[in-house]
Amino acid sequence: MHLFIVITIQAITSYLATCAFGIIFNIPMKPLLHGGLIGMVAWLIYFFLFEFSGNDFAATFAASLVIAIMSQIFARLCKNPVILYSVSGIIPLVPGGLTYSVMSRAVYNHFDVALYFAEKVFILSGAIAMGLIFAEVFYQIFERVKHHSSKKIKKDFFFVKK
Amino acid sequence: MNGFLEKYQTKGSKDEFIHEVAAVCVLTGKILLQNGAETYRVEDTMNRIANSYAVHHAQSFVTPTGIIFSIEDHDVTQLVRINQRGTNLRKVTEVNTLSRRVAQGEVSLNELYQLLRQIDRSTVAYSEPLQIFAAAVASSCFLLMFLGKWQDLLPAFFAGGAGQAGMIYFHKLAKVKFFSEFMSSIVIGMIALLSVRLGLGIEMNKIIIGAVMPLVPGVAITNAVRDIMAGDLVSGLSKSAEAGLTAFAIGIGVTSAMMLG
Repeated sequence: MHLFIVITIQAITSYLATCAFGIIFNIPMKPLLHGGLIGMVAWLIYFFLFEFSGNDFAATFAASLVIAIMSQIFARLCKNPVILYSVSGIIPLVPGGLTYSVMSRAVYNHFDVALYFAEKVFILSGAIAMGLIFAEVFYQIFERVKHHSSKKIKKDFFFVKK
Repeated sequence: MNGFLEKYQTKGSKDEFIHEVAAVCVLTGKILLQNGAETYRVEDTMNRIANSYAVHHAQSFVTPTGIIFSIEDHDVTQLVRINQRGTNLRKVTEVNTLSRRVAQGEVSLNELYQLLRQIDRSTVAYSEPLQIFAAAVASSCFLLMFLGKWQDLLPAFFAGGAGQAGMIYFHKLAKVKFFSEFMSSIVIGMIALLSVRLGLGIEMNKIIIGAVMPLVPGVAITNAVRDIMAGDLVSGLSKSAEAGLTAFAIGIGVTSAMMLG
């Protein structure tokens, strides 16, 4: 029961937070609502992977891969640029709080902690960027394979009306 | 020749059509870059538009502060300096829809130029009170996502809203981005400090992290790393420098508020 409440709260807050950020970035209404969905799914994946494995790098990478794949699909379906969906999706994941922590420690002369946080920020944003780029590459490979195989199949086995 | 460029702009060239294509491409790139599109997408869109008007061998080089666009065969080169950059994804969407129509050959060059000018000038956006409310909601949601206490919900709501309101107000006052970030993070720090002093909030750190989320450059850092990975080294490095300075401004601002209190 306790777990259920936690999941519900996390889901609702991540949806709302993502949509609210979309309003600040001036995303049109329909992509805004779709983007909220992507943000919610991504945050739930991140939350659970992080709770169970304790490794935030892997959790961030997995979540951003899912974001990128979902945004590619939504962008193709709705004929909108991918950035609308990927930006709203990554908002819960981006290391904003950590970035703040870096600077707040540095101005108090705690440079050892600040440096640790800075490296973490770099690695986490790298994980997000890697997830986004990998999904794009996967999509291109998928398209190429589909294109090739469908051509072959059409020629060899089926008589598909174009 | 459609005649939307003045005579002196195309004077001496044999092919005025090429100049017009270059002007349209550069305008497209300018709108995209000023409103937060990715670097490679700006370059790609410009080249595609040139291609769909049968102008091949177009080269574009985009950095966050400027665009260089050149059509090799015709000795046409244009340079545009970009001073103001923000995030308005509505305009990016509109330009994207337009470029799809161009690729299908539905839009004439003259029409495209007029439509682009219209998009560039349009001020359709969510209203400022709505943006402030959105930032407030986002801040309190982030507080709960980072497993903060329920009692801190209200202070984070007000601090986040005040931060965004400060961003809008100070940006109107002076068009220096770091100044408005610095001032609004002072406001956030003061509200967080005050609410803890008055006993309304409990964990000051969580309130501050929730409330600065709309300001911190998390998305900017991710975009910078992504640009570097995609091979746009210049724009990636300059974006990360900008993001670092923004984080610096926020950190200093919040800390100054703590020292005032």
